[in-house]
Amino acid sequence: MRDVAVIGVGETEFGELWDRSFRDLGIEAGLKAIQDAKLRSEDIDAVYIGNMSAGKFIDQEHVSALVADYSGLADMHLPTVRVEGGGACGAIALLQARLAIASGMHDIVVVGGAEKMTDVGEVQAAEILSSTADQEWESVFGATFAGLYAMMARRHMHEFGTTREQMAAVAVKNHKNGALNPEAQFQKEITIDAVLQAPWVAEPLGLFDCAPLSDGAAAVVLCEAQRARKFSDTPIRIAGSGQASDFLALHDRRDLTTLDATVIAGKRAFHEAKMMPKDVQVAEVHDNFTISEILAIEDLRFIEKGKGGPATAEGLTALNGKISVNTSGGLKARGQPVGATGVAQAVEIVRQLRGEAGKRQVVGARHGLTHTLGGTGATAVVHLFERGD
Amino acid sequence: MTLAIPRFWREIQSRYNLIGTKCGSCGKVDFPPRAVCPVCGRKSIGKMQRFQLGGKGSVVTYTVIHDAPAQFEMQKPYVMAIIEMDEGVRLTSQLIDVKPEDVRIGMKVQASFRKLGQEGDAGVIHYGYKFRPAG
Repeated sequence: MRDVAVIGVGETEFGELWDRSFRDLGIEAGLKAIQDAKLRSEDIDAVYIGNMSAGKFIDQEHVSALVADYSGLADMHLPTVRVEGGGACGAIALLQARLAIASGMHDIVVVGGAEKMTDVGEVQAAEILSSTADQEWESVFGATFAGLYAMMARRHMHEFGTTREQMAAVAVKNHKNGALNPEAQFQKEITIDAVLQAPWVAEPLGLFDCAPLSDGAAAVVLCEAQRARKFSDTPIRIAGSGQASDFLALHDRRDLTTLDATVIAGKRAFHEAKMMPKDVQVAEVHDNFTISEILAIEDLRFIEKGKGGPATAEGLTALNGKISVNTSGGLKARGQPVGATGVAQAVEIVRQLRGEAGKRQVVGARHGLTHTLGGTGATAVVHLFERGD
Repeated sequence: MTLAIPRFWREIQSRYNLIGTKCGSCGKVDFPPRAVCPVCGRKSIGKMQRFQLGGKGSVVTYTVIHDAPAQFEMQKPYVMAIIEMDEGVRLTSQLIDVKPEDVRIGMKVQASFRKLGQEGDAGVIHYGYKFRPAG
């Protein structure tokens, strides 16, 4: 396999962007990434798009060709690929694009991720999110997406003594990081009390335990590593990738407090990169709910199983803590345009490793990780990144 | 979500009568029915036998839903649980006839035949299992 590096990144602001369409967002992120890489359109060999559900959110399928078209690439007749995989689609698109370059088929690929979620009402948007769970044997009985994560949270509290305050500490930390990110949906700090007093969504998760509905897009440009220096002074190498799946329905899983897909995707990525969890200084993990970040830092072996709650409350995962987790604000504060998630996480890690993360810069960051989930953990993707120099 | 009639109808066996499968190779029970046993893989093909669950189990974890899909708006807040059946297999169901504050992990429950939803004001009514405290 040929080595692959990131040579350009771009993203839109995230939020309820009522004046921006799906097309507007996809194009802005893509063009920013292409400019960042100083590419000409002739340099691009293919476009990969991560998108969860444009068919349901905006009634538009075939968004791969659409984004290439409106980015001014129609005349190039590029191969375009749209990847679906629930919340993990952006991270899978990145992996597929990496493989396309590693195989020798392509040299330069643009990977985009986008979702436009606020063109439907909130109840409908929540139902669309639920469609990544098992519709026939979970949703039809009344289980919501938040409800399924809430049941993981309840079990984690039961087995390990995790508290609502410790889960709230995830939201507080990520809002604190988001306040340092000019692209974040919520650039405002919150308190533990605000999280605890918010209305219930699905007990034991309240409104501030949940990532928001968002519009937004992100893009990265991948290049064969030997050529990468032509475009970037600080190419960021993809050192390892792992993807894993599991039973679709939560109730069929081996354990309700461990996401085996995360454990295995993580092992595969670390094995390929010849790295250990302790080698990573900065990680973007899938915090669609506060409990999800606690599970992720445990399942990725950053923190011992069962100790994710206390570790967060003690600040081990804060900016420039033992490991800096979700410096962008995470899905919680940066926002959660689902298809954009995996790509936006990569954008943040590349910024951190380049030393371009401004006020939220992790000191001495050389190795970074992204972790992205589909559904309630039936898919997990982990990528490891490192500075090329 | 709304379900077209055939989509609900074809699962009626399992939703009404808790019909699953038992692997003829290792004896593991699955619900809903599976064509391939997750433990035995290829060895189980053609050996998956129809198997009816007894309807008794206990609560593994639960939640109280406050933000509900449109179909369930009138029922909120309601309790959802993952239940481990006495046969070992787990499923997701609503818990009824119990106050949310009285639900406990480990609580014994049994299946009950109830209305799950309906197709609008004049359409087909969907029935299936919910669970209530045993005894």
